[in-house]
Amino acid sequence: MYKVRLWAVRHAGSFQSIYNVFEKTLVFLHPAMKKVGYQRLEKPMAKLEQLCKGLLFDCKMCGQCALSATGMSCSMNCPKNLRNGPCGGVRQNGNCEVKEDMRCVWVEAWQGSQKMDKEEDNQIHIVQLPVNHAQQGSSAWLRKVKEIVQYQEPMSK
Amino acid sequence: MINHDEPVAGEMLPILQGHSSAGRLERVLRAGHFAVTTELAPPDSANPNDVYERAHIFDGYVDAMNATDGSGANCHMSSVAMCALLTRIGYAPIMQVSCRDKNRIAIQGDVLGAAAMGVSNVLCLTGDGVQAGDHPEAKPVFDLDCMSLLETIRGMRDKSEFISGRKLSDPPKVLLGAASNPFAPPHDFRPYRLAKKITAGAQFIQTNYCFDLPRFKEFMARSRDLGLLEKIFILPGVGPMASAKTATWIRNNVPGIHIPDSVIKRLAGAADQKQEGQDICVELMQQLTEIEGVSGIHVMAYRQENSVADIIKRSGVLQGRMPWYPGRDEQLMQESATK
Repeated sequence: MYKVRLWAVRHAGSFQSIYNVFEKTLVFLHPAMKKVGYQRLEKPMAKLEQLCKGLLFDCKMCGQCALSATGMSCSMNCPKNLRNGPCGGVRQNGNCEVKEDMRCVWVEAWQGSQKMDKEEDNQIHIVQLPVNHAQQGSSAWLRKVKEIVQYQEPMSK
Repeated sequence: MINHDEPVAGEMLPILQGHSSAGRLERVLRAGHFAVTTELAPPDSANPNDVYERAHIFDGYVDAMNATDGSGANCHMSSVAMCALLTRIGYAPIMQVSCRDKNRIAIQGDVLGAAAMGVSNVLCLTGDGVQAGDHPEAKPVFDLDCMSLLETIRGMRDKSEFISGRKLSDPPKVLLGAASNPFAPPHDFRPYRLAKKITAGAQFIQTNYCFDLPRFKEFMARSRDLGLLEKIFILPGVGPMASAKTATWIRNNVPGIHIPDSVIKRLAGAADQKQEGQDICVELMQQLTEIEGVSGIHVMAYRQENSVADIIKRSGVLQGRMPWYPGRDEQLMQESATK
């Protein structure tokens, strides 16, 4: 929903804090999730993710969530699917070039990012990789946990 | 600037130490000359002479020509084909690549092909939305964005590999460019976005029409504060407006173009609006050369291509330099022999 999505961006800082706690919880639950099996969890988790993030951010389930780097404004709502910032076509009133009545996703993202980490740590400045379309529809949460765990495991050994 | 290792037309210049391309544009920029580029409107025809005729108009005035890639989402001859024709007779085109019409497989293939045909400069663009052009019912692709496009081509050039990691036996030696629009919101973010583009691989920047000098100066000052100006060549875009009516239409209908009211008022008040448009363009060029970090100028004169040479001459930005064109060196030699 468009209005909820704009509201979520206005509270980007709170959502970041909530997500950080959520991510830690998921990482904590990793041994249990491993026992159940990530493959078995994939479908229900993707469904849950779609429900929560769809409601809050109009999530398009690209499967490689970048909300932390886009001020909690889902960049897949940009008609050009831009992952790295606004195009040059943004209207002077801050609306989208393609959809005249919609706020530019990246104008929103920039405002949201100002409520998140300080300038130098803000992930909005990181160049995002091209979208992997093969991951469409899969759970970005599970992918993230697996990445974190993989990164941590060799260090603890 | 005369290159003493100028090859016969159609063959490549040697790549100088520290350069990423064999192109004349990179040589001009790195030598510290004020570079001049322009936009070549692609024909709606399959006749190569239409391309050559459009290019000849700029002979002796521009260092490189942008071959647009379906600009404004309108269908024309492809940029890769235009570039192939232009390099045959030695011209230095800047191949524009837009993410709107092609996915990563097609784009990487085109870059390889273009480099094989002698294209030395690639400008990475997102592209206007399909709604802006003459085929609004087309499927927008946008598989990559301009940032990941830059990274992709840089990877091909510097790491000799496709996005997939598969190796290339010979990398495309190209100078990488990107666009910047300091005049579109969110204005505070624009210098950071420039920083991102530099990180992704951009080596030169061409901007949209620059009519709002205070805004541009602010953008440049912020970019300087971020330490970006030493890392990139910036060529602001300018162009003559044919009349106040045209300027108003462009402002309202072409995405991303900001023309202040003062400019439109000045045009409307002039006896000869076309002439006034050109005068404004010349004045802007002269003012832009004074701004720190400006390495050249990009002249866009859609449907006024004939006036480009005169505008550049009057602005004096070339400072007596005559950019290369097919037959220039022979002509210069003949002239000096007859003296």
